[in-house]
Amino acid sequence: MGNTNRLSDGKGRIGSMVQSFGLPRLIIAGFLLLLFILAPFAGVDLFMQITNVLNRFSWNAVMVLAMVPMIHAGCGPNFGLPLGVVSGLLGATLSIELGFTGAMSFVMAILISTPFALLFGGGYGWLLNKIKGGEMMIATYVGFSAASFMCMMWLLLPYSSPTMVWGLSGQGLRTTISLEGFYNRVLSDFLQIRIGQLVIPTGALLFFALLAVLVWAFLHTKTGTAMTAVGSNPAFAKAAGINIDRTRTLSVIMSTWLAAVGILVYEQGFGFIQLYTAPLFLALPAVSAVLIGGASVNKATITNVVIGTFLFQGILTMTPTVMNAMIHMDMADVIRTVVSNGMILYALTRKMEGSR
Amino acid sequence: MTNNSAPLLQMQNIKKDFFGNQVLTDINFTLEAGEVLGLCGENGAGKSTLMKILFGMDVIRETGGYGGSILLHGEKVEFATPFDALAAGIGMVHQEFSLIPGFSAAENILLNREPVKWNPASEIFGDRLSTLHYKEMEEQAGKAIKKMGVEIDPDMVISDMPVGHKQFTEIARELSKDQLKLLILDEPTAVLTEKEAEALLDSIRRMAAQGIAVIFITHRLHEILAVCDKVVVMRDGFVVQDVPARQASVASIAKWMVGRSVDAPSGEKAENRENGGAKTIMSIRNLWVDMPGETVRSVNLDIREGEILGIGGLAGQGKLGIPNGVMGLYDAGGEVEFNGKSIPLNSPRSCLDASLAFVSEDRRGVGLLLNESLEWNVAFPAMQIQNKFLKKIGFITWRDEKAIHAVTQKYIDELAIKCTSSRQKARELSGGNQQKVCLAKAFALEPKFLFVSEPTRGIDVGAKALVLESLKKFNRDSGVTVVMISSELEELRQTCDRIAIVSGGKIAGILPASESSEEFGMLMVSQVK
Amino acid sequence: MSKKPRQNKNVKHLLMDNSVPLMFIVICAICIPLSGFSPSYLINEIVTRLGRNLFLVLCLLFPIMAGMGLNFAMTLGAMAGEIGLILASDWQIWGIPGIILAMILSIPISIFLGYICGTLMNMARGREMITSYIINYFINGIYLLVVLYMMGPIIPIMHSSIKLPRGYGIRNTTSLLNMRQRLDDLLAVNVGGVKIPVLTFLIIGALCLFIVWFRRTKLGQDMRAVGQDMEVAREAGIKVERTRIISIILSTVFAGFGMVIYLQNMGNMATYTSHSQIGMFCIAALLVGGAAVDRASIGNAFLGVILFHLMFIVAPSAGAKITGDSMIGEYFRVFVSYGVITVALVMYEMKKRSVKSRTGQLLAQAQREEAAGK
Repeated sequence: MGNTNRLSDGKGRIGSMVQSFGLPRLIIAGFLLLLFILAPFAGVDLFMQITNVLNRFSWNAVMVLAMVPMIHAGCGPNFGLPLGVVSGLLGATLSIELGFTGAMSFVMAILISTPFALLFGGGYGWLLNKIKGGEMMIATYVGFSAASFMCMMWLLLPYSSPTMVWGLSGQGLRTTISLEGFYNRVLSDFLQIRIGQLVIPTGALLFFALLAVLVWAFLHTKTGTAMTAVGSNPAFAKAAGINIDRTRTLSVIMSTWLAAVGILVYEQGFGFIQLYTAPLFLALPAVSAVLIGGASVNKATITNVVIGTFLFQGILTMTPTVMNAMIHMDMADVIRTVVSNGMILYALTRKMEGSR
Repeated sequence: MTNNSAPLLQMQNIKKDFFGNQVLTDINFTLEAGEVLGLCGENGAGKSTLMKILFGMDVIRETGGYGGSILLHGEKVEFATPFDALAAGIGMVHQEFSLIPGFSAAENILLNREPVKWNPASEIFGDRLSTLHYKEMEEQAGKAIKKMGVEIDPDMVISDMPVGHKQFTEIARELSKDQLKLLILDEPTAVLTEKEAEALLDSIRRMAAQGIAVIFITHRLHEILAVCDKVVVMRDGFVVQDVPARQASVASIAKWMVGRSVDAPSGEKAENRENGGAKTIMSIRNLWVDMPGETVRSVNLDIREGEILGIGGLAGQGKLGIPNGVMGLYDAGGEVEFNGKSIPLNSPRSCLDASLAFVSEDRRGVGLLLNESLEWNVAFPAMQIQNKFLKKIGFITWRDEKAIHAVTQKYIDELAIKCTSSRQKARELSGGNQQKVCLAKAFALEPKFLFVSEPTRGIDVGAKALVLESLKKFNRDSGVTVVMISSELEELRQTCDRIAIVSGGKIAGILPASESSEEFGMLMVSQVK
Repeated sequence: MSKKPRQNKNVKHLLMDNSVPLMFIVICAICIPLSGFSPSYLINEIVTRLGRNLFLVLCLLFPIMAGMGLNFAMTLGAMAGEIGLILASDWQIWGIPGIILAMILSIPISIFLGYICGTLMNMARGREMITSYIINYFINGIYLLVVLYMMGPIIPIMHSSIKLPRGYGIRNTTSLLNMRQRLDDLLAVNVGGVKIPVLTFLIIGALCLFIVWFRRTKLGQDMRAVGQDMEVAREAGIKVERTRIISIILSTVFAGFGMVIYLQNMGNMATYTSHSQIGMFCIAALLVGGAAVDRASIGNAFLGVILFHLMFIVAPSAGAKITGDSMIGEYFRVFVSYGVITVALVMYEMKKRSVKSRTGQLLAQAQREEAAGK
């Protein structure tokens, strides 16, 4: 009698664990684990794979972190990520245009992109306050509009640095700009640790950790607490005397700035600046990463960001190599699209927890 | 009396409880065809529950069904869904409009019952592809409108209509059903102007003349006297009166509605602290509040320092609008002075800064962060407004989790909040304990003045007593002025020093709590609009 | 005295309601002379593009009728149409029979996908558009799986001409040369150098008639009721979920037909990309014609396709004239497509909120008047 009771209790506990963690997340985590286990059998160098995963993690984590403030304030995931990315790109190109090189060009890129991020984020936040409840779709298209507007600007703005403009006409920025001599791997190579095949991009990981701690710390201050309350129940926050619009705008500005820094971190790892249509499709991977990490459309933590980015980038890097080696079929594209969009769909179709 | 003509509707010993909470006890009444029955009672008296039972609404079945039996023409009926009730000839017009805004009157009247024409596609793909018979629709709608004796263009689109026409369209929808024998009208005149209401009463008479029985629920008692054949008054889940309308008057109905309840002796608050000499701490002048369903119009009210003032009145008359307007949660205008200083309206922050606090009637919507811990719920406003529970480390000010935990624990003990720990989520608590958390939140602000709105709504008897006791204690020990808004007059009389009754959006009068129930009853219905 | 401002207001309203089409007329009016295209060339192009796109745009009307907003998942139908065409061309059924076969093959796939899509959208009520937008990417992944990996080993593909050299999967472009403009050319009439694809227009006309007729059926009436107020419709006994799913299925099935018409005009098919942008362009075209998220007519679709594609044709060369770079015009038209959708979405959400706040304002106004009266 007692035994069966305990058994069913245990079952219930596992059940509720599955429920709280979410079945799709378990499947994804299990799949990644399977890939790691299969890797040696498929003749894939595990340490190189882990190095790859760590690298990609360090490139992308900041952009995923950019989801957190907006989700906290109840604005939904930052589908308008391209807007922040565009400010980052402005910072990057202007920094090079002004003649900065090496690590300095990275610092200056962040500094120059900051006013743009504040300005764009402010406008974006103002707009989202006008359309509370319809944020996700409009954010998506604000991002698209901004990125496609900048496509014209990259051609028209009077850039002249020979490393960036088209060689023939001497005007208009190139689609990809090499960062060799500028801030290529400026973070990744800082304090880099090598253990045989395993390479750890310590600097980039530390930089992410720094930003993550800053966000975490902010959420533990008075204003950060207010932001969480606004996201959790706007009516409660209003009754407690919080200015909802201002808090939301602040969250949007933070997300936009993080996106700007995020693209710069991505570029230093990747080694190139990608302009024109490249920023258009950055939002969805970042959104699905944070959702895979256990966030929902109105709740997200730093842990969600770390777990999510690791799982998402892990699958992204591991699938092509392992699958290719196993069955000689490169299904990475299919798996990537199905997993990332399936995760977003799962989050969207779940009953809203909380007030909205 | 002959047996072959059984009355149209008989309610026999109807009982209903919600999880042990008895809301209806032994309801009996009968209704003949062509008769108009006026049903009145305070909010919470059980009128709407009774109508839900009669109409077969899902909530009744989901909460364990009901006792007793309903007889139509002498035969016992049991409706599983409202559609069954409709089929049996019962129609109901709810308080909220249930109309499609972009459709014409005719389209709304015949919604989902449109006459259709056959076409080949409907033969293959089923009836839903038959085309609508617009001419027939207009005719049927016109006929239903005629039954009411009013002029409405069947082609007029709902969104262009005045409120009265919308109400008539709703009624016409029920009338267009051929099988209709009994029509329930739930406060149909609440949103109408005097003239429109007059027209509606006329059409009720016409319907009755055509043999349709009507149950007419309203707070406007003179309307009952004008149109009904008999009056049924409910209180606390009992039918307290069932008399022919000509034997009733506004005064007698009002008295029956609020009359002394048996098991709750009033005037328990022995030390009547009628203290005319105390200074006025808050004065409200010409306040209007735009709170949907609880509109307030030019309210003037003076609140004395240290007292517990009750605000009562029927639902929808504006009693809830007063605290919500003063505290800036709904659009408001007028002047509010607190402690000699003017308080700007529409700004929750400045109210809180002036040491006012508010416990909202909308516990789950406004009162709590359901997905956060009790600690957050209790400490949040005090942290944001008064910078409590913060500590400085370096140059950053952090949340002081330890202080937050301590204060939450203190209130958990003081108010006997049942929870697993102070970190439990507010969502997981029962209604009564959630209410206590709301109180703790306000107490943590250490206010000089506290608005408490419907503090006992939807909580069990034990918790009720505890909540009221802690309010009294808070008032007594900390000298805090409390304004308590409640629909339950008895509860106000037990707790408050003076009670203001709101009717028609205005203060109808202020009486000491020891005044008799009849006096309060008269005030409640005095200006109902 | 009081009449004049009201008239002004009406004019203002009219301008506001049609601001998007008016803006496009202005853009086109500026760009046409700059582009230097001859009128006959422009008319020819517009007629071609009307035949090519109008059917696809019209299929967006069903979900709007049911209050589900802009159906970003119409690409599901487009994918179904493409699968139909791949199979038809593999079976070497060419010309009109091939086109009809492709349409028939697309129907079950469209119904299946439409059903999934409708069910998911019912689960994400209030967030239909973002959901349909994500579904479109999700199903694209499945499409990749089917066409790139399963066609060959699982779904038999006979002809290597459409297969990738590696032995499975379909080539990046599928030639539809043997179906090219067969529909357009049959019964085509030449008026003053402008080729008018009469049959295509007849098919589009048939769809328009169907839409007009459909609005007058019981199902159409239910759909409009559901679109305006789900709860009221449910209380009246209308099967809300089912009606919404049907509207998505209709949209998907017609999008499948539309895609076949579109591709027979193009004459070849970019197997993995030709559907990816189609939803965005169709939605932008409909909105340019003056439609809103909750209100669209056949007229909107017609005007929208003309204006949007006129802009599409003239923008690159006009841009090149102004800045000396033809890419500017290309980017401009993409920006305009995104921009017009953004504006429409923002206006829709703001309207939704202002309706709510207006009732409050009226109440406050009445009280103020009453107070003033005293």
